[in-house]
Order: sequence, then structure tokens, then C-alpha cells
Amino acid sequence: MKVPVIWLRDYVDIDVPIELLAERLTAAGIEVSHIEYIGLPQTFIEGIRWPISEHLVWDRDKLLLGAIREVKAHPNADRLVLAMVDYGGGELEQCVTGAPNLFEYKDKGTLPQPLWTAFAKEGAEVWDGHSDEPKRMILKEKALRGIPNRSMVCSEKELGISGEHDGVILFHDQPRASDGTPHLPGTPLQDVLGDIVLEVELTPNLARCFSVYGVAREVAALLDVPLRPPSFDVLMEGAGIAGDASIEIREPSLNPRFTLALLRNTTIQPSPEWMQRRLRLVEQRPINNVVDVTNYVTFEIGQPLHAFDYDKLRARAGGKAPKIITRLPEPGETLTTLDGVKRTLDPHNILVCDEAGVLSIGGIMGGAETEIDANTTTVLLEAASWNFINVRRSMGSQKLHTEAGARFSRGVHPSQALLGVRRGIELMRQTGGGQVAAGIVDEYPQPAEDVTVELPISEIHRLLGIAFTAEQAASLLARGGFGVMPEGDVLRVIVPDYRLDIGTGIIGQADIIEEIARIYGYKLIPDTLISDEIPSQYPNSAYAYEEQARDVLVALGLQEVISYRLTTPEREAQVTPPGLPSSLPLADYVTLANPIAPDKTVMRHSLLTSLLEVARGNARHADRQQVFEIGSIYLDRPRQELPDEPIRLGILLTGRRSAGEWIGETGGENVDFYDLKGVVEGLLHGLHVHGASYRRAAHTSFHPGRSALLSIQDVEIGTFGEIHPLVTAAFDLDDAPVYAAELDFEALLAFVDPLYTVAALPQTPPVLQDIALVVPDSTPAAEVERVIVRAGGDLLRNARLFDVYQGDPIPAGHKSLAYSLTYQTDERTLTDKEVARVHEKIVRAAERELGAKLRA
Amino acid sequence: MLEKLESLYQEALGALDAISGGDALRDWELKYFGKKGGVTELVRSVGALPKEERAAFGKRANEVKTALEAAYAEREKLVGAMELAKDLEEGEVDVTLPGRPRATGGLHPATQTLREYARIWAKMGFQVYRSREVEDDDTNFQLLNFPPHHPARDMQDTFHTTKPNVLLRTHTSPGQIRAMRELGENGTKPIRVILPGMVYRYEQITARSEVQFNQVEGLAIGRNITMTDLKGTIAQFAREFYGADAAVRFRASYFPFTEPSMEVDVECFLCGGQGCRVCKYAGWLEISGAGMVHPVVLENGGYDPAVWSGFAFGMGPERATMLKHGITDIRYFWGNDLRFLEQF
Ligand SMILES: [Zn+2]
Repeated sequence: MKVPVIWLRDYVDIDVPIELLAERLTAAGIEVSHIEYIGLPQTFIEGIRWPISEHLVWDRDKLLLGAIREVKAHPNADRLVLAMVDYGGGELEQCVTGAPNLFEYKDKGTLPQPLWTAFAKEGAEVWDGHSDEPKRMILKEKALRGIPNRSMVCSEKELGISGEHDGVILFHDQPRASDGTPHLPGTPLQDVLGDIVLEVELTPNLARCFSVYGVAREVAALLDVPLRPPSFDVLMEGAGIAGDASIEIREPSLNPRFTLALLRNTTIQPSPEWMQRRLRLVEQRPINNVVDVTNYVTFEIGQPLHAFDYDKLRARAGGKAPKIITRLPEPGETLTTLDGVKRTLDPHNILVCDEAGVLSIGGIMGGAETEIDANTTTVLLEAASWNFINVRRSMGSQKLHTEAGARFSRGVHPSQALLGVRRGIELMRQTGGGQVAAGIVDEYPQPAEDVTVELPISEIHRLLGIAFTAEQAASLLARGGFGVMPEGDVLRVIVPDYRLDIGTGIIGQADIIEEIARIYGYKLIPDTLISDEIPSQYPNSAYAYEEQARDVLVALGLQEVISYRLTTPEREAQVTPPGLPSSLPLADYVTLANPIAPDKTVMRHSLLTSLLEVARGNARHADRQQVFEIGSIYLDRPRQELPDEPIRLGILLTGRRSAGEWIGETGGENVDFYDLKGVVEGLLHGLHVHGASYRRAAHTSFHPGRSALLSIQDVEIGTFGEIHPLVTAAFDLDDAPVYAAELDFEALLAFVDPLYTVAALPQTPPVLQDIALVVPDSTPAAEVERVIVRAGGDLLRNARLFDVYQGDPIPAGHKSLAYSLTYQTDERTLTDKEVARVHEKIVRAAERELGAKLRA
Repeated sequence: MLEKLESLYQEALGALDAISGGDALRDWELKYFGKKGGVTELVRSVGALPKEERAAFGKRANEVKTALEAAYAEREKLVGAMELAKDLEEGEVDVTLPGRPRATGGLHPATQTLREYARIWAKMGFQVYRSREVEDDDTNFQLLNFPPHHPARDMQDTFHTTKPNVLLRTHTSPGQIRAMRELGENGTKPIRVILPGMVYRYEQITARSEVQFNQVEGLAIGRNITMTDLKGTIAQFAREFYGADAAVRFRASYFPFTEPSMEVDVECFLCGGQGCRVCKYAGWLEISGAGMVHPVVLENGGYDPAVWSGFAFGMGPERATMLKHGITDIRYFWGNDLRFLEQF
């Protein structure tokens, strides 16, 4: 919201630089996001930083208020005129100008009323009005079509007020200072048109600040200066309103109050220049005095108004006095609003109607049929209050955002309606003439009660940590407009009606304590560290192991990735080859009702899709990818509201085995199944998980021959191996095979052994012997190892596979597995004889159980 | 024989003197002392001499052998020194060639920052508490004092699911309710936790906004926790995270679930508070929303707000990471481009 400081000064004296005020407002939660300067200089204050503004500062000696006394024709040019400007100097200054809005005064002799304008003397700095880019220029003497010229009358663009350059600034009324004294020609323009506009961001609790006067209240509280409310007096000279209009409220919970005032025999005309100027500063387009007053009061005190052409209402009522009815719509009812849109009304849209039909959507926008036009002579002015949640819903369902709706949807107290209708009808009378009918029609079936909060002084200390006396707290609250009555150790706080954000009971206490802190200043509240007891700590092993797993995988050379949890069923279907059943979880998806992008509609069931997408994304520039992700998947549960969110661990390897180098090979061969298995084993080792077993997997996303199911002590943990070639093809990953794993991380963590035992270092020398066994291809290595280990008994400490060989001279259909065997016992040094005996036992067992032959 | 021995001795000494390299040295050893070496063969041929000459020859042969061995040892030392000197002088490598790359792994930057938060908060007694991402409306909003259709809900654009009342959490704050109910033992135990995790917002993905991002919520509940504690504790965090000189300021703000509520800014560490593009020339960077836990929220967590109090805060690790490392596009975080990730 824009807050012009010149307008703010109507209600409060600001005796500090505006930059300091902006800082104070921001610290108190009324965030000033931008300060816009119009002609006035920026003030720099130690310790307060605002961006340096690039605006034009008006020279107080050279940019002045001018009065054009006469407009003469240019002797040599039809498109130029000579404006004779009184700028407070002795003689009139002749300015050559092409401003089209001066042409109508050409050759009229001395004007009966001067035209007030912005006058720039020779040497003044202004913006170049003809340049598309912002460009400054200094006025110099220069003849225009043979007439000497050294000064000028300025457009808004030349002064940096707006982009307007179709004419020069002209006022018909003599500009006045805020105290009413008229400005004389030669007054520095800074004092006449200079202003500073604050851009204020309002959080939802700050409905009370959604107006210039609302911000002024905060300024008064923060600067501890008096507040001057606008006048709500009305000169009521006309016949009574009773009998000319009536109100029926059918839904008082949605429309608690409705007021009407009547202005007769008025004239629709442009509103005064001061009002137009203020409306422009808050980005409202002046239209006519009645519409402008409704906007002005909306921005001034935050109470939106709506003006009807009374005669149109009367005509709709068949010549009788109109009756305003507020109600919910009949099925199928429609309204064409002021924006020209014909709307079908939703059942919850509270409406302003008469007996002939719908007039407006309550609190949001009026209808076109009864609006003010140039011929309106009698104005019926509405000021009402509306249920803020209902207005918010209606704005949403009708996709209709208006200044009125913005305010009502945050909350406007019913008390403001009466103030608004009084302020509005009087300003309409002052700007358009006519007589205000005596009396106001005011329907307020259930008046809101005053809110009072009892606040024990000790609560302030308990929550803020600083001790205020009752007097200190009361004085801070009084600055904020609260009525305060100390009663012993308790403050009775009477909440002003516009403070809809203050609750009752213990909530009200918290609200009041916040006000005390806010007005006092958060800055002044000291810093302490918690003196309260430290809570007892709870075991958090799942989190600790998850972090440990990350460290292990990083040490194994993998890069962590984190993906979007949102995907689509179609994207996930890509990890299953066409025609095969999916091995992903069967649960329903957690599906978004309002997806924002077509590729993000459900919460994922698997990490495989995102890992393959990562691989695809990086394939263009990386010939080696080794990544992992630890994160949740989301499985809907039948008969339960919320889904299961188990954590999965995904790994993906593809491309070169090692990082590329400049000496010799560039990264070597592509990774294979055993690289991935090495990572899995490394992870298990790093987490001290024992009892892993591997068998062929049946996961359709994987190559059936080159994938394994990992189990720990018969609990299935997950599948790893080569991604099915049809799947890698679907992800355009054709250059190298892709290896991946998806493990049930929580199942794995159940086997983490934090109390693993560390073996003592041996005191005796080991005896190392190799053994190479030739077995059929189909014999799994794990089986060979099992036989060796069992036959080796206590003396065999370790058996490590170091070679797998097929081909000459090994017979076809066979392979040679070579193991390095370590014989050792802690009791004694083994003799050759003992070792030979065990070795022989191993060979015999292998022959007997596996049909193995010792390789020659 | 003796003459032959003497001439071999002289020949060997002469040859040794001419040697300057290790290979030649080994050749010399083979030639004179190898299995078929000259000295070895001569000594072996002692049997062919008449018996009375054998002793003298043997004595002399031993002398020659010892002398040659000594000369060899000396020469070997000299050659070693010469080779070392040569290597030190000439054996240079091109130190500007790149090193052999090691295949290192790395943590995602978000994880790194989350760990940094966890480490700092752990020192102040805050433990990690994790809570679900798919939430119900009650826990995400209502129990946190956001009534249905309340304007405060406009502050958080929400992804709803096709199940009524089920949504993707818009902040980590519902974890406050879950932590209080799980750890508070019906409002009888103090709590100090941080709640890190992913949250979701209905927003267009741009360089500045994402549909998912991490938050780290903090919650302290006790019988004696005040706003001065909140200020002091967050200032302490800022000094640890942003540097010992980090100045912070607290501005009043609004969140339905805290009161008083505040925004916390840290003095811009890029410009020292002088104003720069990143801090939008304000000299301050927003780092946290915080406040005293609202009495309604305490009550919903099982605590009696007349006895218990607490504070809560929320921080954005991705934004902090961006500020620290000059990252201008938040989409990098979940884009998983290895060229980005490998820089951390
Ligand atoms: Zn900065």
C-alpha cells in the first residue's frame, strides 16, 4: 500500500526524518519496502540504510511555483505559445512552450484567474521530456523559432512525478499549504508538490493499517505524538432520509451492519485538484467527485463506500422509496459488475439487492446498472461491514480483486461504517454541492461488544523476560490507543474497536503483551540465553545412521543428489519395461488436487525414476556418474488418512570406473555389476551390518541375470544390479550400462550394530597359501567360499577371492576360482604339516561337495 | 697364476674407477665376483696349483678379494652420491601438469547446510526431530492457529491432495505439534528440538521460488522461557553460523502460531552492512521468522499456557547456502547437475 507522507501529516506531526520513521515502522512490523521521493531530497542518517534514490531533487531556487497570467501566440509558429509566468520576480517571464493544454488560453489576454504551474528557471535541472530513457538536462538559453527562451513550464515527466508529457502541470485553484495558507508565486516547488511516498507491506494481522489514517495511528504510537482524526461532522441541511430508503439485513453474520446517507441536488464534476493528486499518489484514477470520494475515504480511513444513483434505484422500485436488502443469491442469479463482466453468483456470495434484483456483490464490487453517471443528481451512499472470511471466499470464487474487497477480506470493524458514511457524504457535499438528508439509515442488528483483556503484570515478565511496572505498561498501551485501568497487579485493557486482531482471555493477553513489546521496541529488549533446564535427550539412531550412511557412501566416492519428491505415474512407469509387471510398490499414489506443473502430480513411489532422470540430465557432460539419494517415498494407506513415508536409499553408477586422467587411459573401463556390489558391501561394512546374502532378483526394472536381491538375516532389503536395457533405452542412456540399487533403508538400519567387536591384532605369523578350484560355471562363488570356510575350520582365518578365470586350459562350461587363504591361530605358530593337513581337507571337501578339481 | 691374479686385480681396480652409474657397478660385480666372475674362477682354480704354492696364492687371493670388495663398497657409495646429485639436479617434473584426479564423493549442499544447523543447535541442547511431509490440514494449519479461510493462509500457497483434509506440509511447523505431543508427555516435559525437512509450496518454479525446499524449525518449551531468551539464542546462532561479528536485528512480524512474532535479519556479510545488490541495498538479510509460541499452539500441544512458555523459529537452509556461496538460482538445488554439486 502506498502512503503519501503529505497525506499522513494531516493526522500526525512527524518531527523526524522520513527515513527514520520508515525504519521505526519496519521495526514495528509495518514493513516499509520502498521510499519514493518526489522532488524532495533523501536524508542520510547514521546507522540507517536505505538504497540511494536516483530521483530528481528539485532545486529550491530554480524550480518554483509559477502563475501563468497570459498565454500569447508565437509570432512564427502555430504549434508554440508564449506563457507569461509570474514566479515572484519583478517581471513576467516569457516561456516558449508547445504544451497543448495551454492552447485554449491563447490570445485571451490577461487571464482572470491565473493558471498555476511548475516553473523552471534557467540553470534548473529537469528530466528530458523527449527522451525515452531517463536523461537529465540543465535548462539553457536557446531561441525557439526566433523567440529567445531561457526557462520553461514543466510537465510531470520533466519533474519526475509521472510519465505524463502531453501537457504542462496546470492547477486552476491556488495551491495551499496544509494549514490552509495559499502558496504564492515563487514558492519553491518542493514545498508545493514535493512529497515522499512510503510503500508499506501489510501482514494479515494489520488490517487496521490498510489506510493512511490507520498508518498514522501507528506513527503516533511509535513516535509518541498526538493523533488528529479526520472530521466526521456532516452538515445536514436537507429533509430527512427516513421514508426515502430502508434496509433489510437477512444474514447478520455475513453483513453485521449497513448504513445509508443521501445527498440531493448535487452536481457530478471533477473532484478538487488536491484530492485528485492524492488519489494519483495511491494509484487511483480520478473519475468524478462522487467516485473519487468513495475511493478517497477507502484510502483515508480504510472503510470502503459504494455510491448509488438514487433515481435509478427509485425507478427500479417503480417510483417508490427503494429498499436495500442484503441476502444470499437465489440459484442461478447473475449480476453484471462494474468491470462489465456478467457473473453467475456462488451460493455464499453475500449480495446487496433491492426488491428488483441484485445491485452489488457485498463488499467487493457494485453492479453497472445503478452506478453514478454524469447526470446523477441524488446520491445514495452505502457504508457497510462484511464478514471478512466470506468476502475472502467470494473474492476467490469470483476471481475478483478490488480495493474494497482487499480491505473487507482482512476485516473492517462495523464501527467504521458509520464513520465512513459520514465522512463520505460530507466530502461529496463539499465537492459537488447539494444538501445532505438529515439522518442516516443504520441497520446494526447485533452490535459488536467491546473487548476487554485482564492482564496480570507478572505475565509480561513471564513471557518477555523484562519487568515493566504497571505504569510503564499502561503508558505504552495508551500510546497504542488502548484504554488502560490498573487494578492492583492487573491491567484492565480496553481494546479499541478497530483492533480486530486482539483476542480475549489468554490469547488476548498474548496479543496485549505483543503490543507492549512492539511499542516499546524489540530492539530495546535484552538478549539472554535460556536458563531453563535442558530437556533429557532421546536416542535418535535412525537420524544418526542415516547421516552415517551418507558419510560412508561419500567415502566410497559417491555424490549425494536430492530430487523432487513430486513426479507423475507416467514418469515412474518408465522404469518398467513395456509388457512386464511393475515391481514398484502397489500402493495408491498421494495425488495432488492442484498440481502446478504437468510433470509434478503425485508423490513418488521409488527413487529409481529420479536417479535415472539425474543420469539422463548429466549424460551430456559426464562420462562417469556415481550418485546416491536417501529420502522418503510416499505410499497411500487404505483406511488411513495419511500415507506411509518410508525412507529409501538409491544408488546409481554408470560410465567410467574411475575419474579421467591425462596419463595413459582416460578413466578406464565402464563400471559393472561388481562395482555396484562393492559399493553395497562397502556400505554394509561401514554401517557394521553383518549377515548379508545375495540371490537372483526378480525386479522387473533390472536385468534378470545381472541383478541381486540383498537380504540381511533373511530380511529382504532391496534389489541392485544392472538396469534393464529397455529401461535405460527409455531414458536415452544407451552409451553405457546403468547400475542402480534401491534399498529399504529402515529395514537395513534394523541390522546396524553399534556395539560391534574389534578383534585383537594377531601375535603369531600367518601362513598364506593360494588355492585355485575348477568348478562348473553354474556353481555360485558364495557356495565355493562356504565349503572352503567350513572345511578350513578354526585354523583358516580368511579366504579371499582374487581371480576368476575362464578359457584355455579350463574345460568349457567351467571356471577357475582362485582364493588366497590365510591360516593362523592365536595360540601358536602353525607348522607346515598342520597347514598342509587343513589345506588337503579343503581340497577334498571341494572335490566331494562341489565336484571341484584343483587347478594344476 | 699369481701374475694373472695381480693383473686381474689391477684391471678390476681400473675398471671400478671408471664406473659412474649403478648399472655399470652391477656389471662389474658380475664380471669379477659372479658365479663365473674372474676373481671367483681364479679362487676356484687354486686346486690346480702345486700344493706348496697354494697357501701363498690363497693368502694373496683373499687380500685381493678383500681389497676389491672394499674398493667396490667405496665406489658404490660414491656412485650413489653422484646419482643422487644428478637426480636432484635434473630429475624434475612439470609441476604445472594437473594431478591425477581422485574419484571423490560429496554431500549435497543442502545436507551440508542442514548439518551445520544441526551441529550449532546441538550445542545449545536442541535435538533433531523429524516429522512427516504429507500432513493433515489440522496439524499443518488449524492446530497452529490458522482457522479455515483465514487470510493468514494466503501467506502459504498450498498443495492439496485428492484426499480431503490431506496436504503437503507448507512449513515444518506442524512438527511442533507432533513433537509436543510425542515428547511432552502430556505437557509435563520441557522440549528443545530442531525440525529439519522438506516443505512444499504451490509456486511456479523460477530462479527465486521452488515447489519444495528445506526448512529448519526450532522449538523450545519450558517453564521459564522468555522473549529475551529467544533473542539471545538466535543471536548466538547467528554468530556461530555467520561469524563472530554478525549483528542481528529483530523486527515485529506476524505468524499465527507465535506471539510476539518477529523477523530476524543478520547484517549483510557480503557488504558489511553497507548495502549491496544481494541485500537490496538494505544492509540486512532476512534469516529467520521467529516468535514466542502462541498460547493456542501450546494448548494444542498439550501444555498449559499459563505455566509453560516457549519460542519457535524457522530458517531456510537453501537460502542461507545461496547467500554464502553467491548462488543466484534456487533451481540448482534439485536440478542435480553434477557440475553444480561437485563444487561443494
Ligand atoms: Zn549487502
